[in-house]
Amino acid sequence: MVKITYIDHEGTRRDVDAKVGESVMEAAVRNNIPGIDADCGGACACATCHVYVDPEYLPKTGEQEAMEQSMLDFADAVQDNSRLSCQISVSDDLEGLVVTTPESQH
Amino acid sequence: MSASVVIIGAGQAGGQAAVSLRQFGFEGEIHLVGEEAAPPYQRPPLSKDYLKGKLERERLYLKPREFYADNAITLHTDARVARIDRDEKSVVLESGESLNYTKLIIATGSRPRPLPLPGADLDQVFDLRTLADIDALKPAMVAGKRLLIVGAGYIGLEAAAVARELGLEVTVLEMAERVLARVTSTVMSDFYQALHESHGAAIRTGIRLSSLKGEGAVTHGVLADGEEIPCDLVLVGIGILPNEELAVGAGIACKNGILVDRDTRTNDGDIYAIGDCAHRPLVHYGRDGRLESVHNAIEQGKIAAAHIVGKDRPAEDVPWFWSDQYNIKLQIAGLSQGYDEVVVRGDPANESFAVFYFADGKFISVDAVNAPAEFLSAKRLIAADAALTPADVADESVSMKDIMKTALAR
Ligand SMILES: Cc1cc2nc3c(=O)[nH]c(=O)nc-3n(C[C@H](O)[C@H](O)[C@H](O)COP(=O)(O)OP(=O)(O)OC[C@H]3O[C@@H](n4cnc5c(N)ncnc54)[C@H](O)[C@@H]3O)c2cc1C
Ligand code: FES
Repeated sequence: MVKITYIDHEGTRRDVDAKVGESVMEAAVRNNIPGIDADCGGACACATCHVYVDPEYLPKTGEQEAMEQSMLDFADAVQDNSRLSCQISVSDDLEGLVVTTPESQH
Repeated sequence: MSASVVIIGAGQAGGQAAVSLRQFGFEGEIHLVGEEAAPPYQRPPLSKDYLKGKLERERLYLKPREFYADNAITLHTDARVARIDRDEKSVVLESGESLNYTKLIIATGSRPRPLPLPGADLDQVFDLRTLADIDALKPAMVAGKRLLIVGAGYIGLEAAAVARELGLEVTVLEMAERVLARVTSTVMSDFYQALHESHGAAIRTGIRLSSLKGEGAVTHGVLADGEEIPCDLVLVGIGILPNEELAVGAGIACKNGILVDRDTRTNDGDIYAIGDCAHRPLVHYGRDGRLESVHNAIEQGKIAAAHIVGKDRPAEDVPWFWSDQYNIKLQIAGLSQGYDEVVVRGDPANESFAVFYFADGKFISVDAVNAPAEFLSAKRLIAADAALTPADVADESVSMKDIMKTALAR
């Protein structure tokens, strides 16, 4: 189990135990974390699983593929540390990961 | 009686409605009644990663099974609803149990159109709709076996792609003159036909199948001209029919789906219908119709829940859909029916392009192949009713983002 903290746009923190191999999106949905819609269920087709990754962890979340980059390019309120959470696979390296969810996914 | 919402159908739409009701603060009882064994799950991976064996079953579930009890949602699985009694405001299950409702949501989805041919009930002939269908099919998806797919729609073609990747010999039979004929343009049909052929699938269009033959298990597909195509298994993907019978039986208005308003209400103010079974207003197009997509199921689930708790109606998004075949991701924004002009941006030969559809000069839809910028811009442009012109998108020297900005500013 890997501990991940989700902070919503109002600052409320929620900790979950994520499973190695699932995505940061799946861990959120499984634990009913608000602020991540994930309409396409992880197909990298909807951009409704947008999160901001704590910059300290950003290098550990892996490379962005071209598809994700282009999708993010059109998301609202994108920042340098934006990722689609369905494209981040949970690994032991991510223990303690902190991500913040945007005010809206649409 | 205190408030009680009964949801018939524990699929993508019904599951969403239950989740949203709690999220929006609904405090009454929620009964989510589904005839399948699994809790609500996503169907898209059934013809993609799950069929490939790349995803465990639990990862299909919208929420883990415990979620429902934890959130005071009574999930009835393996429970089929037999009828709706509007006078009593109750639904009667096939088990004889009855559940009273103050509000009822019909989320019964759709079912595969049955193959109307002799031999359709032979062994090794499969549908592609439920987890149970795929679990039955998977053991037969073995390298070297000969698979015959009837119907070249998105789901059939996705299964064809998976089958090729697993090493089966694949033949796809399509009655129309081209693949995906019902849903897209010839540019797209040609692209997908060539894609499948380049991966070694045989695509045969303009073909009429007359029966399936075999003793016990299927061994041949027999064409109208007498040709026999040997096969070890058959997948049928010739479209779906809305599950509207419960509504019809209860005297609720239906017309190719259960008729609903923008709040997903039927002509009985206490009864809602959502998802594949609903025939809804398509606000971006000034007409109504039935959608078969995850977007629609989720959106209508949220809208019904919001209406029940008296919350403002969540936004109605531009209809959208996706399909994964081999390394190609298709994203569709909007509805292309009725188009009279097509502009292709990019080159199909590069496997990254987008087809823009216009009707009477108005931009209505895009099919974006490995082209997320085109997809996401199109969604925004249609939502904003922006004046995008064929000439705009034809100019490939301008980035899609700039084209979008210009059109939005008009
Ligand atoms: C293989 C496959 C791939 C797909 N791929 C995509 C894709 O890539 N992108 C996309 O956007 N969409 C895709 N779709 C479509 C999408 O999955 C559907 O539009 C969506 O599931 C509709 O949700 P729903 O809740 O209306 O229906 P369903 O998810 O079908 O749920 C309806 C449920 O109601 C139950 N039910 C029916 N009658 C009764 C009764 N009398 N009593 C109790 N329960 C009942 C059914 O058993 C079913 O479980 C795909 C569909 C399939 C089958
Ligand atoms: S869940 Fe749809 S893009 Fe991540």
